[in-house]
Amino acid sequence: MGKILVKNKEMVVPGEVIVEGMDYLPAGNVFRENDKIIAETIGLVNVDNRLVKLIPLTGFYKAKKNDVVIGQVRNITFSGWLMDIGCSDLATLNLRDASSDFIDKKADLTKIYNFNDTVIAKITNVTKTGYIDLTMRGPGLTKLRGGRLIKVAASKVPRIIGKQGSMIHIIKEKTNCKVIVGQNGFVWIQSEDPVNEKKAIDTIRLIEKESATEGLTEKVEGLLK
Amino acid sequence: MSYTKRKDGRKFDEMRKIKAEVGVIKNANGSAKFQIGDTIAIAAVYGPRNLYPKFLQNPEEGKLRCNYNMLSFSVDERIRPGPSRRSKEIGLVTERALSPTVNLKEFPNAVVDVFVEIIQADAGTRCAGICAAAMALADAGIPMKDLVSAVSVGKVGDKLVVDLDKSEEDYEEGATDMPVAILPRSDEISLLQLDGEMEAKEIIKALEMAKKACLELNKIQKEAIRKKYKGEGK
Repeated sequence: MGKILVKNKEMVVPGEVIVEGMDYLPAGNVFRENDKIIAETIGLVNVDNRLVKLIPLTGFYKAKKNDVVIGQVRNITFSGWLMDIGCSDLATLNLRDASSDFIDKKADLTKIYNFNDTVIAKITNVTKTGYIDLTMRGPGLTKLRGGRLIKVAASKVPRIIGKQGSMIHIIKEKTNCKVIVGQNGFVWIQSEDPVNEKKAIDTIRLIEKESATEGLTEKVEGLLK
Repeated sequence: MSYTKRKDGRKFDEMRKIKAEVGVIKNANGSAKFQIGDTIAIAAVYGPRNLYPKFLQNPEEGKLRCNYNMLSFSVDERIRPGPSRRSKEIGLVTERALSPTVNLKEFPNAVVDVFVEIIQADAGTRCAGICAAAMALADAGIPMKDLVSAVSVGKVGDKLVVDLDKSEEDYEEGATDMPVAILPRSDEISLLQLDGEMEAKEIIKALEMAKKACLELNKIQKEAIRKKYKGEGK
């Protein structure tokens, strides 16, 4: 019979044995060695029935198909753009996926998206060798003009958005900012008033820092009053 | 005359005072500081990031690259800054000590850069560097099978000791220094060098002492990591 050695939601560091026995299955960020399931990164243990996984506390964003992310142009090739989306590799945005408008083959690509331009894009494909394909054809996938880009850990994104968008709704409403959160942890903020912009950034940093505390929504609400 | 008492009053199998801290460099993806006695090492991890020149890339898995550097003021007599034969060697052995633990299958064509800087040296720098690098890699979120711990053991005069300091390494009647890195879960050895002379029996005994010390070190390393992420648990 399997034995769980670590309590649910407790923190583990790499190399720590979480479960002994063959009747549990390793899921994300853990691996099996003989009859033991061992942590691979720093994270919180999550045992769901027989699945053992870790919610990572650090690390890079892992690209997933159909994620909507925010990217920044890092390089321009003959057939498209290379975007930084917080992965180890740059993601490719192909010319024909770049816009719903027609783009002439001879067009100057810097006129469409220039270096350091920020865009919202969707991941269409992730290959095993690490290539990531993006598309910008679809509702809401546009270039972001102006504003400010901050980066948070991708694992904190669900907390920033909140249950059914409750947290992000509060931030948007109280600070009067436009806020867009990408699944990769890139957050774009724009406001007419720099004071409000600063407030929104501070709030997001607070959420990132105290993501595990309970009643965070109330705390944020109180802070922004 | 035999070596009867250690200069700083430690027991023969006792390490110097250890301090470990994670997250000391803000701009790095992961970082750690490791202090053992008067030896202080800082490690910073950058990446996984693209590897250039391109011919070095491996489409099967990512690459680990370690760089060891001693700062010019880290020792009594100023050392010439920049790479040397010694630092190149230690960078290489650090890489080999750490690479059995990291799993870079998910990062093809990429490189993980580890920079180990020794800001104060009092013997045992490569071991301190490896300990710091292991914590920094974990902090960066690189998938790892185990947390490597390293300590130097050796023979001063006729006594086997753990964690030699500089004065013991320079003992007039001869001293042997053997840095050991151990993967604590499986007891595998990923670094073993020997500078001096020891009998086979003594080496086996010294390795056992190193193993015991490494388990102790491992606890301190894990505690340091936990401390940084403490607020995030329940």
